[in-house]
Amino acid sequence: MEMLEAMGLGSAEELFDSIPEDLRLKRPLNTPAALSEIELLDRFEQMGARNAGARRISFMGGGAYAHYIPTIVDHILSRSEFFTAYTPYQPEISQGTLQVIFEFQTLVCQLTGMEVANASMYDGSTALAEAVLMAERVTKRSKVVASTATHPQYLEVVRTYVQHAGIHLETVEFDEKTGQSWQALAAAIDDQTAALVVQSPNFFGCIEDVAALADAAHSKGALLVVGITEAMSLGLLKSPGACGADIVVAEGQSFGVPLSFGGPYVGLFATREKYARQIPGRLVGETYDKKGRRGFVLTLATREQHIRREKATSNICTNEGLIALAATVYLETMGRRGIQETAHQCAQKAAYAARAIAKLSGYSLPFTAPYFNEFLVRGPGRAVDLLARLGKEKGIDGGIALSRFMSDRPNEFLVCVTETNSREQIDALVDGLRAL
Amino acid sequence: MTINKVTTHISPNEQLIFERSQKGRIGYRLPALDVDEAELNIPNEFLRDDDLEGMPEVSEVDVIRHFVRISTWNYSIDLGMYPLGSCTMKYNSRLNEKVARIAGFANLHPLTEEQDAQGALQVIYELQQHLAEITGLRGISLQPAAGAHGEMTGIMIIRAFLDARDGAAASHRRTMLIPDSAHGTNPASAHLSGFSVKTIRSTAEGLTDLDHLRELCAHGEVAGLMLTNPNTLGLFERNIKQICEIVHEAGGLVYMDGANMNALVGVARPGDMGVDVIHLNLHKTFSTPHGGGGPGSGPCCCTKEFEPYLPVPRVVKSSDSTYGLDYDQPKSIGRVKAFLGNYGMMLRALSYTLTHGNDGLREATEAAVLNARYVAAGLIDDYDKPFAGAPMHEVVFTDKRQTRKGVHTLDIAKRLIDYGFHPMTIYFPLIVQGAMLIEPTESVGRQELDQFIGAMKLIAVEAVENPELVLNAPHDTRVGRLDEAAAARKPILRWKER
Repeated sequence: MEMLEAMGLGSAEELFDSIPEDLRLKRPLNTPAALSEIELLDRFEQMGARNAGARRISFMGGGAYAHYIPTIVDHILSRSEFFTAYTPYQPEISQGTLQVIFEFQTLVCQLTGMEVANASMYDGSTALAEAVLMAERVTKRSKVVASTATHPQYLEVVRTYVQHAGIHLETVEFDEKTGQSWQALAAAIDDQTAALVVQSPNFFGCIEDVAALADAAHSKGALLVVGITEAMSLGLLKSPGACGADIVVAEGQSFGVPLSFGGPYVGLFATREKYARQIPGRLVGETYDKKGRRGFVLTLATREQHIRREKATSNICTNEGLIALAATVYLETMGRRGIQETAHQCAQKAAYAARAIAKLSGYSLPFTAPYFNEFLVRGPGRAVDLLARLGKEKGIDGGIALSRFMSDRPNEFLVCVTETNSREQIDALVDGLRAL
Repeated sequence: MTINKVTTHISPNEQLIFERSQKGRIGYRLPALDVDEAELNIPNEFLRDDDLEGMPEVSEVDVIRHFVRISTWNYSIDLGMYPLGSCTMKYNSRLNEKVARIAGFANLHPLTEEQDAQGALQVIYELQQHLAEITGLRGISLQPAAGAHGEMTGIMIIRAFLDARDGAAASHRRTMLIPDSAHGTNPASAHLSGFSVKTIRSTAEGLTDLDHLRELCAHGEVAGLMLTNPNTLGLFERNIKQICEIVHEAGGLVYMDGANMNALVGVARPGDMGVDVIHLNLHKTFSTPHGGGGPGSGPCCCTKEFEPYLPVPRVVKSSDSTYGLDYDQPKSIGRVKAFLGNYGMMLRALSYTLTHGNDGLREATEAAVLNARYVAAGLIDDYDKPFAGAPMHEVVFTDKRQTRKGVHTLDIAKRLIDYGFHPMTIYFPLIVQGAMLIEPTESVGRQELDQFIGAMKLIAVEAVENPELVLNAPHDTRVGRLDEAAAARKPILRWKER
């Protein structure tokens, strides 16, 4: 009131004099009255308790993975200095955030085997869409080929992004026997192809022959875009960079980010140095001040929308700063050996589970291709029903029914195993499936 | 006695983690592998052969010290006023953080069957209801992950609507009108949806030029208008109803960028102004943390007419009070992100609306506008204010009076750092030369506003009496002004072993 008076205003309503009278809301908002902290927490705890899925032993993957998160990750990203800072537009007082991103970019390059990486994208699916748009910019060609073994939701997002971009997205079928799609992708290439898009491990968990695809793409002057939903696989599998990929995108959720019902996650985006000026999104670079002290700044901004406007490489403005921090803390805490050991455990435990399930009568593994930590199982009946019973009776989420994405595959489901699943849990899953 | 600042202090000299790395160090422990180890069926040529060379090898305490040290090089809202115009840097409640970490949400897999995620879907549904009431627009999708993403979604909805309404004739309607004061994401998002952009002039008052708008609409190719309201000069477009009528009469649609909703919540609703589609920024208006540049969340909101075009799946409530996902929307533009959006941000935003309550939401708006008005009044004698109109939640000044002595907006911003404040938004909007866009938000009290105004006034004096002091600012940060041109000329975007 004092402040109002100091400015010669009689009431708070006068603050809004520039809004025409007939546009002002004359009644209180019809939203609930304020809750105290005690009431609020109670309400959310109750709603949280209505999510039975959060309490079960889980073997669900399909683009979001339950990995171990060291305690210090949440501790560091809860520091005020990180989570209540804005985009580092004033580098002198944002060196913390900028150095984190520089380390993040370096880690993404090391893992993917690529030369440059950006400060992150919204998630893996939008990163894949941006990679497709970038391939068109680089090659000036309009045909893009992806396979139906790509995560179905990722394909949907790509389709949405390219619908007005003059890009023709073609899909090829995966092989019924192996579960792979690299042969079909390689066969679909022609002189008009901007990019081949392959996910590896693919949606069924099958590892694709990325090197063979890189050769096929390059022989026709196209780019190879590699998408990864389970980034932990990079701890064990040959990097896409070493296989010859041109753009690599990944969902980084596996690196220290809770499942949180689908977000916020973090998209990784890496490419070759020669394409650095075609990258979407923010980049952090190294430089020096007048006294020769090393520091970091946002750089190559002339690619971005605030300067280039409609000619920008992307409309993206933000990155996923805090989640990129989580991934950075995770990767540095686990370090070189921790990432290797985690990936090794995932693969071994998945292989153990797969061997046991394959022996069950009525169950089989329909695909022959090598896998990392996720594989497809064919069951004795409708997968949706089997999994629902398993959840209800045993408290186990046994996987993801494929029929939710592909209605012509009613009896199959994806099983994912990580380092967080103990042998006891895996045995319980196998026993549970046997008993159905 | 003088005490010299020691330049070898460990904290400001913290290196990159890679430079700290020592072979053989580890900072983690996993349980021993408890299954029988077997030969994997993965052929050798598919396996990594670089042994992850170069990745850090450090202990846990190395990691903690590393991040704590570099964190001290950041300015943050929790440290003080962060008056970045159009960014709405308000306080991020710790309670919201606690809510987002409740195990029933944090451990929930996004592909959990609907019946096992009822509480999580209820959160989305309730937040949709609140946002519908606040905006006066009933169609809501929380799927977009950021403001620009929500904007892209909204413009694609407009495109799909026009294509459905006009059929083949829609191909002649591909011009998006955007004011010269707009944020750069607007034209970039329009471009992504296949529109070309025409720029509308602003009047001397700082509002959309109605005559120019009429002139552009007369061409008959107008798909729509993208308008920020209050606009990026902090002024409410008081002709908004008329603007919408002009565009609608020309067969176009009106998109409102909701970046500045913090000036309107509880006071006025876009849905009552005649706009068709908007986006919100949960990380601005609804206080979810900016996190050093994301994650954001950019819900797209629209009138009933446009609802069928929203991204799938929609989160719906059925007659038996269960919540579910509706994929059966044949007119939908499709999916814009895997899963259901940045869910953690939705939890925080719902916690914000519930802890504020309906009256608290309006009070926050009043305080935000009051604070901006107070800053405007406090600086009017020292800085050039290019537009006379009373500002809403943010106010724009320029460096016109300071440039005589060679001091520019950038220098004033850097000098503010020495006084302990984060600078305002600078050189935006582009139409104002030397713009300084100040948005205090509701999260500052009078005392801190007075300190800010005091600092700005001192800088105005320094700019005249000792311009060198301002030109060389900041003086007390870990690094001085960095050579950004060098960074762009020969980009070094990652660490490498030298």
